[in-house]
Amino acid sequence: MRELSLHVLDVMENAIEAGATRIEVRIDEDLGADRLTIEVADNGRGMSKEMTQRVLDPFFTTRKTRHVGLGLPLFAAAARRCDGDLTIESEPGKGTRVRATFRHSHIDRAPLGDMPSALMAVLLSGRPVDLAYVHRVGEAEFAFDSAEVRRELGEVPLTHPAVRQWLWQTLREGEESLRTKPSD
Amino acid sequence: MPKIKSLEELKKIREEAQKDLRVRTETGTRIIIGMGTCGIAAGARDVMHAILNELARRDIEAHVETVGCIGMCAKEPLVDIEQAGKPRVTYANVTPDMVPRLIEEHLVKGRVVQEWALGRLDSKGIQ
Repeated sequence: MRELSLHVLDVMENAIEAGATRIEVRIDEDLGADRLTIEVADNGRGMSKEMTQRVLDPFFTTRKTRHVGLGLPLFAAAARRCDGDLTIESEPGKGTRVRATFRHSHIDRAPLGDMPSALMAVLLSGRPVDLAYVHRVGEAEFAFDSAEVRRELGEVPLTHPAVRQWLWQTLREGEESLRTKPSD
Repeated sequence: MPKIKSLEELKKIREEAQKDLRVRTETGTRIIIGMGTCGIAAGARDVMHAILNELARRDIEAHVETVGCIGMCAKEPLVDIEQAGKPRVTYANVTPDMVPRLIEEHLVKGRVVQEWALGRLDSKGIQ
């Protein structure tokens, strides 16, 4: 995949397939340590030890439940190419946590890319799922939690056109704020 | 979290939305985009981006929803358009360039773009 945000989206889709009702995404760009860490944690059905080991095998898939496909091996390969690694912690009934690290300045590291669209794809999912997102670049931070948005909205769904527009704009402005120096 | 002003906007949206919530969800248009690994790798996220942009640009109200893999991976990105009272149409191998014409012809003029349609799903089943 040509953007890391597509890998993040893929892991989030895995979480939805695993029945998660809440997904927590953390992206930490530690420029001092030259490290990029991406973490996706969900409260889905989780996996046994054996399965956790096997999901990084490209020829393994749980086609029936579609929890994992070729996605994780590709993500792991992308991390390892960049002096990083990918680890998976999972517990049946509790959830799964996928953590990928990269050398931030590595020449082969794909750009993070269009995170707002990746997050939108999850927020517009036919299966309602809450998304907590924190993106740090150095000292700057953008945090977003759809559970708070849902509380404001009551019975109005996130997929409502006006809400959707609000979400997309909020996410884009949040991400942009990380790329520019704060004025206030 | 978003700024306070932004959350105020959300409150307004809620008040407005409650008035016509039922009308919109029961009689409106739904656009469904496949977002499994296969869809993502084939560009489904960028197709979604193009759809959201086009709907916003033309101020068209439609529900957009993402779903997982449905098993036709080779035809991804798959986009289904469903309008109340009409058969659900599946479009295959959709690219962002195709989106303006899909919206113009199918959503605005109500004509199925036959050359891009994979099939129709109506009360009699798949056509």
